[in-house]
Amino acid sequence: MTIEIESRRSVTDEAGRGVDELVVNIGPSHPSTHGVCRVIAHLDGEVVVKAEPVIGYLHRGIEKMAENRTYLQVVPLTDRLDYVGSMYANWAYCRAVERLADIRVPERAEYIRVIVCELQRIASHMMGVGASGADTGAFTAFVYAFDIRERIVELFELLCGARLTYNYVRPGGVSADLPDGWIEACRAVVRAAPARLRELDDLFFGNYIAAGRMRGIGVLSAEDAVAWGATGPVARGSGVPFDLRKDDPYSVYPRLDFDVPVGESGDAFDRGRVKLFESIESCRIIEQALDQIEAGPVKASGLPRLIRPRPGDAYDHIESARGSLGVYLVSDGSPRPYRMKVRSPAFCNLQLLGRLAVGHTVSDLVVILGSLDPVFGEVDR
Amino acid sequence: MTSTLIGLLFGLLAGLAIALAALFGVWWERKVSGRIQLRFGPQQAGPAGLFQTLADTVKLVLKEDVTPAAADRTIFKWAPLLVFTPVALSLLAVPFATGFAPLDTGVGMLLFLAVPSVSVLGVLLGGWASANTYGTLGGMRGAAQMVSYEVPRTLSVLSLVVVAGSMRPTIVMGAWRWWWLPLFAAGFLIYLISSIAEMNRGPFDLPEAESELVAGYFADYTGIRWAIFMMSEYGAMLAASTFGAAVFLGGTNGLPGALGVIVLLLKAVAITTVVIWVKWTFPRFRQDQLMAFAWKVLTPLALLQLLVAGIVAIWL
Repeated sequence: MTIEIESRRSVTDEAGRGVDELVVNIGPSHPSTHGVCRVIAHLDGEVVVKAEPVIGYLHRGIEKMAENRTYLQVVPLTDRLDYVGSMYANWAYCRAVERLADIRVPERAEYIRVIVCELQRIASHMMGVGASGADTGAFTAFVYAFDIRERIVELFELLCGARLTYNYVRPGGVSADLPDGWIEACRAVVRAAPARLRELDDLFFGNYIAAGRMRGIGVLSAEDAVAWGATGPVARGSGVPFDLRKDDPYSVYPRLDFDVPVGESGDAFDRGRVKLFESIESCRIIEQALDQIEAGPVKASGLPRLIRPRPGDAYDHIESARGSLGVYLVSDGSPRPYRMKVRSPAFCNLQLLGRLAVGHTVSDLVVILGSLDPVFGEVDR
Repeated sequence: MTSTLIGLLFGLLAGLAIALAALFGVWWERKVSGRIQLRFGPQQAGPAGLFQTLADTVKLVLKEDVTPAAADRTIFKWAPLLVFTPVALSLLAVPFATGFAPLDTGVGMLLFLAVPSVSVLGVLLGGWASANTYGTLGGMRGAAQMVSYEVPRTLSVLSLVVVAGSMRPTIVMGAWRWWWLPLFAAGFLIYLISSIAEMNRGPFDLPEAESELVAGYFADYTGIRWAIFMMSEYGAMLAASTFGAAVFLGGTNGLPGALGVIVLLLKAVAITTVVIWVKWTFPRFRQDQLMAFAWKVLTPLALLQLLVAGIVAIWL
């Protein structure tokens, strides 16, 4: 691909008038590219004529690195995929390993996984909603969202000592049982969260200017969402009620009662608000899981130190905060995966940027990018 | 000779006043925004973090003064002063005490409104001369915005002139009666909103929109030149809030000397606090929404306010 530098070019529009097109490189170092994304934006005045995301600035070759590590050693690598939602990548990978090596996970471990992943969903969505706030200039909304996120990160710190890369979910279970008093601490956080989330909803989505900035911006139709493989809040914002927790139930989700909020218009506003409502639903799920969880082992018994699955392949996916996150593993019978492939929802959602941004202004481009909520650790891998 | 000296003295005083306003303003803004955002704001340097801005200033002065290679050097270097000087000059017309303004002329109201508009040039030129796309876009936005909000701002102040019967700010302040508050409620609101837009502060901070244009027209400025842009913003806030307090909220209330000044400044701080509160609560407008708001909402409202003021003036 050719690299374009900032330039002014004369082109003609449909009516044959001469238009000065301005090519702006937004990123890779820019306050609102959510990591290291670069968008080559062709502008006519302030209107985007063409927007092209350039990815790869955070490529570390995680899928290749996995081929040289044992199955257990890959778990810390998956932490670095979606670094605002590490628990998901851990879990998706572990599910693929468990399917490959026929490992049965104890029930308590499944409940713990559901609890931490729903907490992670709230934490991740708060990052997304907060970033949308920062993108539109509502920095206070960002801080409020991060206040909610911080409570959850503190819970994770109690759980595994880490605040960002948890390495908590392991093949066969989780790394350690819940510490004493954790369930009470978690219950307190989850009880307080819905009120804080509704407050954030009033503060940000209830604001006249914020609604004006996000309504009708970057509209994605339900057909396009399906055709382009959009999943997670991006698809649900367009009214596609696709959620793997309901559509391909895994773990203990069938025993839990929850709703899947969907948007109507498919614009940036609905994509953002869906995340907020999902967070409230997650609180419901966690409360039920905390009630149902029983004592027991948190690791599969008889698990060998070195997992050597039979030769073959396995794919498993879970509903991460960004959509359906899948991990495909191929084994040749050795203790290391022969091949690992990650189906990254952030990558699939990001490709919509070029379609959604055309015709909107630079200000909207930033809002649209924020509403797609990509995390570049997972996009670039 | 004497007039030159007086001019120099005033220049020095205005510069000092703006520097102090910026020092206090930044600290106050950080404290208020901290409380709004579940934080404390600066705490470590001095009592309640009061010296934090002083430390920041020292840092800014000591920083390297970088001029981008592609920049139009002369314009790039002078643009910050082109923004700062008109703001400082506008303080001339502000009635700081009962019957006193640094330059007590019969066209003081006009002077206060017209002179700071020259800042637009500095914003536009600074953004353009940076030879930076974000800077250019920011400068263009700034020019469009500041010119548009001039209209409702002037009209809202004009309605005061109609009722007071004078363009001399000290006389307008002296003519203030309590019923001006309900009468000019809309006018004051328009004045406040368009003043926020004039000083490029949130939710109208499009020319410097961080999330879109990085820092807009001053994206390429560093050190002291950047600080001059910042100081102009706080200088404009000082001018707009003291002037607003003086002519819309009764100013010194006829109290003599220092007592009157204190009353005036307290009102000005109250207005400043509202300005900060607004900035840290609202998201940013988009360019087209911003223009629509100025021309379709504020300007008609300001004209209506002028009409009401005219009717009241006849009845008086």
